Amino acid sequence: MFLLKLVFRNAFRHRLRTLLTLAGLAIAVLAYGLLQTVVDAWFAGAAAASETRLITRNAISLSVFLPVSYENRIRGVEGVTRVARSNWFGGIYQEPKNFFPQFAVSDNYLDLYPEFVLPPEQRAAWLRDRKGCLVGRDLATQYGFKVGDVLPLRGTIYPGTWEFVIRGIFDGSDSTKITRHMLFHWDYLNETLRKTAPRRADYVGVYIVGVDNIDNTAAIASNVDAVFKNSLAETLTESEQAFQLGFVAMSDQIIAAIRIVSYVVILIILAVMANTMAMSARERTSEYATLKALGFGPAFLSLLILGESLVICALGGALGIALTPPVAAAFKKVVTVFPVFQVAPGTLLWQGVCALAVALVAAIVPAVRAARIRIVDGLRSIA
Amino acid sequence: MAVPIQYVFRNLWTRRLTTLLTSGGVALVVFVFATVLMLDAGLRRTLVTTGEYDNVVAIRKGAENEIQSGVTREQANILESLPGVARGADGEPMVSKVVLILISLRKTGAGKPSNVVIRGTSAGGFALRPQVRLTAGRAPAPGSSEVIVGTAIAKGFEGTRIGERLRFAQRDWTVVGAFDAGSSGFDSEVWGDVDQLLQAFRRTVFSSVIFRLAPGADLERMRAAIDADPRLTNDVKREQTFYADQSRALSNFISILGLTLTSVFSIGAMLGAMITMYASVANRVGEIGTLRALGFRRSNVLVAFLTEALLLGLLGGIGGLAVASLMQFVSFSTTNFQTFADLAFSFTLTPGIALKTILFSLAMGLIGGFLPALRAARLEIVDALRAA
Repeated sequence: MFLLKLVFRNAFRHRLRTLLTLAGLAIAVLAYGLLQTVVDAWFAGAAAASETRLITRNAISLSVFLPVSYENRIRGVEGVTRVARSNWFGGIYQEPKNFFPQFAVSDNYLDLYPEFVLPPEQRAAWLRDRKGCLVGRDLATQYGFKVGDVLPLRGTIYPGTWEFVIRGIFDGSDSTKITRHMLFHWDYLNETLRKTAPRRADYVGVYIVGVDNIDNTAAIASNVDAVFKNSLAETLTESEQAFQLGFVAMSDQIIAAIRIVSYVVILIILAVMANTMAMSARERTSEYATLKALGFGPAFLSLLILGESLVICALGGALGIALTPPVAAAFKKVVTVFPVFQVAPGTLLWQGVCALAVALVAAIVPAVRAARIRIVDGLRSIA
Repeated sequence: MAVPIQYVFRNLWTRRLTTLLTSGGVALVVFVFATVLMLDAGLRRTLVTTGEYDNVVAIRKGAENEIQSGVTREQANILESLPGVARGADGEPMVSKVVLILISLRKTGAGKPSNVVIRGTSAGGFALRPQVRLTAGRAPAPGSSEVIVGTAIAKGFEGTRIGERLRFAQRDWTVVGAFDAGSSGFDSEVWGDVDQLLQAFRRTVFSSVIFRLAPGADLERMRAAIDADPRLTNDVKREQTFYADQSRALSNFISILGLTLTSVFSIGAMLGAMITMYASVANRVGEIGTLRALGFRRSNVLVAFLTEALLLGLLGGIGGLAVASLMQFVSFSTTNFQTFADLAFSFTLTPGIALKTILFSLAMGLIGGFLPALRAARLEIVDALRAA
C-alpha cells in the first residue's frame, strides 16, 4: 500500500512533465491504432469476400476479356449452380476524384450475392428498365443519390457519356459488407457496343461462379480451367477471396511500409518515455540512496520505478485507446478512399500491449541503476 | 555578451542518456519524413524520365492510359501523315504504333502475381527513346515471338532471365535480351514485336501512337486539326505530361499519407524535446541565477537554451537523415492505381530534401525548446540563487 502511494506521488510530482509524457503516449498509441486500421481497411475487400463464390477470368490478366460463349460451358461443369457476368466499367462521375467501382452485370448477379439486400419492388423496377442501375447504400449517402435520379458517367474504357437511372438502393446485410459500388445491365453495355464498337461486343470481364458444395470449390475451379485449356482464352479460376487478396498483394510493399511505420511510432514514444523515466530517476538518485539507508532493498526501488512507468503508460495508453474509435470515425468521414474503416478489437488489444511494453522497457535502465547504486555515492550526487 | 557555446555542449554531454533519447526520438520522425519525400521524389523522377519532351502520345479520347485506349489502323495512318510529325534521316515519319497489354507475372521471392505491361513496338519505337539501351542479349528479331525485359522486370519477376520462356496467348515467348531505360517507367515493362502481339491477342487496333514533334511544330495547332477531323477520335499529349498525369494519384497518396504521419509523429518528438528542456531548466535554476548574477542578460540565457534545443534537433536531424540516405539502396515496387500495372522506383535523396529535413528537425527542436527557454530567461536572479 505504501509502495502504491509512493508510486502515484512520484508519477505526479512533476505535473507538467507527466502531462507532456501522457500526451505523447496518447498520440502515439492513437497513431498506431489508426495505422493498423488502415492496414485492415486494405484487406476489407478480401475479408468481405465469400469462399463459396469463384471468379473466372482470363489467365493473361484482367485487362484481357473472355468470350460470352464461355458462360454456358462453365455452367456445364459439374457442381456449378449459377454463372453471372461482370465487366468493370471504370466510368468517371463528374470528376476523376469521385471514384467508385461500377460493374456491368447480368440480371442474375444479385442471386449470387445474398449479402446485398434490395427490396423486391426495386429489383423488379431495375429489371424492367434497360438503362436502370442500382447503387449501394454507402454510395447513395455519399453523393445524395435517390431512386429515380439520373446518374451520368463518362466512360474511360467504353467511350462516350452514359446515362443511367437509379432504380434501387441496396443495403449490406451487416456493417462489414461494402456497399460503395454501382451495378447496371450488362446487356445495355453489350448492345451499345454492338452498335458503336462491334469488335468489342460479346466479351465478359469476369464470370462469377456459384457452387453447390463449398468443400468442392478447389476441384470445381480446376475443372473449369481444364475446359478452356489450350483455347484462345485460357482461364484462371480462384475463390473470390483469393481474387481479392490478389489485388491487395499488388500493393503489398505499401502495406509493408505502413506496418513498419506503425512500429516506428512505438519506438518514438519509447524514446520519449525512457527519457522521462531516466530523468526522473536521475534527479531522485539521492532520494533512492536515502530509502536504501532507511533499509529498503533494491527490489523495492526497482518496483517503485517500474510502478511509476506503468502508471504513466497505463493512463496514456488508456487515453489513446479511448480516442481511437471516435478519431477513426471522423477520419472515415474525411477520407472516403476506404469503404470500410472500422477499428478491430484486436487493434485495441495491441495498443494496450504496446503501451505495456513501452512501460517495461522504459523502466529497465533506471530500475537497474537505482537498484545498484551505493548509498554513499547516491547521497553525494546532485542532479 | 553571449553565453559561451561550450556551456551548451557540456550540458548536452553531461546528460548523455537524455540527449541520446531525445534526439533519437527526433531522428525517428526525421527518418519517416525523409523517406516519404524520397519515395515521392523517386516516383516523380521515374515518370518524368519516362517521357521525352518532344514525344507526343495519341490515345483515344476519354481514355486515361494506354491500356484503356484504342487507336484504329486508319486513325494511326492519318496521325502519321499529319504535318508536324518529325521525319527521320530516311524521310520516314518518326512514329511508333504501340500495343499495350497487361500480363500477370509472379514476383521473385514471394511468388505473388502482379500485373506487368507488355509493350509491342517496332524499330521506330527505339528511335523515339534514346535513353533505352540493351544491356544483355540482343533485340528481338522482327516477326518472331521474342521479347526483351526491363531491368526492374529482370530483377523482380520470375522466369524473365535470358533464354527463359514466358507463356501467354497460346505461345511461348523467348526472352532474348534485357534493356536499361535509365530508371524510367520502361524498366518495369516487357517489350516485343507489335505485329506478333497483335496477332497473338487477336487484336486489330493499336493502343496508342507515339510520334516525335517536328522542330517548330505547334502541338496546340495539331490538336485543333485532330479535333476538326471527324475520322479521328484522339487526344494528344506531350509524353512527359502524359506520364506525370498517370502517377498523380499514387504520388498524392504517398505524400498525403506520409505528411499526415510525420506531422502526428512530430508532435511526439516535440513533446520529448520539451520534456528534456524543461528538466534541463529545472535542474539548473541555480546555475541560471549565477549566470545572471555574473552579468549575462535574459536574452543571453534565452539564446543559450534555444541553442541547446536546436542542437538536440540538429543531432536528431543528422542521425535520421544518415539512416534515411541508406534507403537509396532499396528499390520499391507497387501497382500504380491508375494504370493497374506494376511500377518500380527507388528512394531518391535530393539536396532539397536534405535541406527540408534538417530544417524540419531544427523546427522541432525550436518549438519544443521555446517555452522552457522562456521560463529560464524569466527567472528572477534572487529567486534563482535562493533555489540553489
